[in-house]
Amino acid sequence: MLRFRKREIGLGPFLLWTGFWLVAGVLVLRPSATQWVAHQLGVGRGADATFYLGITALFYLFLRMQLKIRDLEHQTTELVRKLALEGARKAERP
Amino acid sequence: MIHHDWDGLTDSSAPGSPRGAAEAPGPAPRPSMNGVFVVIAAFNEERTVGAAVRGVRERVANVVVVDDGSADRTACEAGAAGATVLRHLINRGQGAALKTGITYALGLGAEVIVTFDSDGQHQPEDLDTLVAPLRGGGVDVVLGSRFLDRGTRVPPVRWITLKLGIVFTRIVSRIRVTDVHNGLRAFTREAVQRMNLHEDRMAHASEILDEISRLGLRYREVPTRILYTDYSRQKGQQSTAAVRIALDFLLGKLGKGH
Repeated sequence: MLRFRKREIGLGPFLLWTGFWLVAGVLVLRPSATQWVAHQLGVGRGADATFYLGITALFYLFLRMQLKIRDLEHQTTELVRKLALEGARKAERP
Repeated sequence: MIHHDWDGLTDSSAPGSPRGAAEAPGPAPRPSMNGVFVVIAAFNEERTVGAAVRGVRERVANVVVVDDGSADRTACEAGAAGATVLRHLINRGQGAALKTGITYALGLGAEVIVTFDSDGQHQPEDLDTLVAPLRGGGVDVVLGSRFLDRGTRVPPVRWITLKLGIVFTRIVSRIRVTDVHNGLRAFTREAVQRMNLHEDRMAHASEILDEISRLGLRYREVPTRILYTDYSRQKGQQSTAAVRIALDFLLGKLGKGH
């Protein structure tokens, strides 16, 4: 995975994925790290903190996706509308 | 460009339909309906759209039917009845179809836009009461209301749904109306141009009320008749879809920040 050269994916995603794998690596090597995070947040166990953050992230991403779908629907409608209006305009010209 | 042929003979609407059948005679010229465009959205309504168009054309010359991706002969029937037909190649929803028709009508210089249903539930006789308040200049939008009409008998489930809808609309859109989902409406050109209509599907009805409230448009409700027939009873799923409509509408409001 770390074979991603910057040229292929751009700076933003690269940093994101690198960060992701670093965090994953830390968690694998030292699971108690989640306990530290939980302590910072004032939550009981490390596993709990993981769940809470995970669910929050899922909700957020889901909402983002719903809005994205709405945008796509609107774009499709605009396309269909333009075609309809074009068709009418062509029919008007004798 | 469609010209207003007030002599009642051929208006150039037939070329707008894919297979223009016999030219339908135009209505007798009525100066009070100058500049009025009736927009009808239709999806698989071949059985009723012809009659609806003909009924409307007895009073209003400019009828635009938007065929929302019908699989049947809706477009043909509408064109044969004398409407200008626009076609959505795929079905996008009643809100989207109406907006397409409204855009088209505005492009032709419409002064008043009327929305009308294609299923025979609306009565052309109501067009006069609908448009009249706009002439004075003190009203921007006229909304038809079946609850103001003594002759309309609303089926029980529909009645409950609509009444609950009133509560919802009062809370969310802060506008008080007696009929929250009536497709018979009239707008002045200026009013409809100011409205941001993004909802493609049935939530567009809630969006219209929301926009009226947001823009502070002056509105009036008039009694209009809804004729419930065996055919329209097929559309009983309207009432149960109300929850989904409400959710769509709320999600839409959320997305408007984007």
